[in-house]
Amino acid sequence: MNILMDKNIKYIVESLNKSRASDGVSIMEVCGTHTMVISRYGLRQIIPETINLISGPGCPVCVTPASDIDTILEITENYDISLFTFGDMLHVPGSKSSLYDKKSEGKDIKICYSPSDALNFAKKNPSRKVILLAIGFETTIPLTSVIIKRAYTEKINNFFIYNVHKLIPEALETLLKDEHVKIDAFLCPGHVSAIIGSIPYKSIAEKYRVPCVISGFEPFDILESIDMIIKQIKDDRYDVQIQYNRVVREEGNPAAIKLIYEVFDKTDSVWRGLGNIPDSGLKLKEDFLRFDAKIHFPVKKIKSKEPPGCRCGDVLKGIKKPFECKLFSKVCRPDSPVGPCMVSSEGSCAAYYRYEKLKA
Amino acid sequence: MCLAIPAKIIKINKNLAEVESMGIKKEVDITLVPDAVKGDYVIVHAGFAIQIIDKKEAANIENYFNEYFDGQKH
Ligand code: SF4
Repeated sequence: MNILMDKNIKYIVESLNKSRASDGVSIMEVCGTHTMVISRYGLRQIIPETINLISGPGCPVCVTPASDIDTILEITENYDISLFTFGDMLHVPGSKSSLYDKKSEGKDIKICYSPSDALNFAKKNPSRKVILLAIGFETTIPLTSVIIKRAYTEKINNFFIYNVHKLIPEALETLLKDEHVKIDAFLCPGHVSAIIGSIPYKSIAEKYRVPCVISGFEPFDILESIDMIIKQIKDDRYDVQIQYNRVVREEGNPAAIKLIYEVFDKTDSVWRGLGNIPDSGLKLKEDFLRFDAKIHFPVKKIKSKEPPGCRCGDVLKGIKKPFECKLFSKVCRPDSPVGPCMVSSEGSCAAYYRYEKLKA
Repeated sequence: MCLAIPAKIIKINKNLAEVESMGIKKEVDITLVPDAVKGDYVIVHAGFAIQIIDKKEAANIENYFNEYFDGQKH
């Protein structure tokens, strides 16, 4: 399909060409699904060359550090538990093995579609200890919060979470403070923002003078958002705009936000590539600590190492494009991934491999 | 994994709703959208409705997703 056949898209591309972003503008998309759409529809190729689209830390699987993967692997090794996880986590390499390896060895590792699956299994199997690998950004965190409150109310005592949830705005600020990273504007994630709204980006946009536009997921949405960013830059404005206004409201989803902070408090969190970011993670409030798998299933800390040669850290910060990793497509491919950015269906390396390999 | 899908609410029973999306019916949890009523379109992520969609736009989104998934098969 040639998307330029679409008259709305043609119009917006013409508008972008006319606006002539002269000096080279770097726009980071902070959502793995945006990365996929940009690659899949070849949007990089139809916009002016002066606009550089870079992928950020928007894939939850990719930003989970090796140390967490290793700890989870140790838990499955040392305790007789049922672990529920989203499918993408299965193949992420830890220092020595992956969850897939453990599953092949006979460990009880189940793929879930919804976090409810894990709680329902725990209810049906009271003699099994069940751990949900709670991963994801603000889109997913309210789901875990609902599940924890439900387990609490229903007094389910064989259910636990291994929590690696992370918060997006704090990561954006860390990237902006990094002198190696050049970001002029953010294409903000649509479904994270469906929960948090546009307000959390306001102080970031003003303080660092970066336009932020919350974008939908159609090619047209992304192009229109880029156009909105370029217009802001031209007018010397640093606002937060909502392009995806059919779903995102300024205040987000207040019911969901309330639930998150009934269950969790903010805490520091380590991101692959970005390191420790203050207040970018969540910890269970005291009332809910009995669901914390890290407390109930202690394991020896092992020295974690990143896969040798993998540049995921730089890819996640937007310093390197996947093509610039020496292993890309030679050694590291979706069928034999070296790093998480190639494993996850939303990882930047996977997106570039799948749709842009030949254009490199 | 943040992919979320639009669906129409057909029936509500406490915290659960029957929704239809691209001809497929399923059950989703609506705890996070307490204002949702029958006939609303919602964005569904991992078995939960996370936000109500502006009605006028819902049909357009569905078209896009049909095309997206169709395209993924090739
Ligand atoms: S191509 Fe593979 S090895 Fe290189 S950064 Fe991406 S995931 Fe890591």
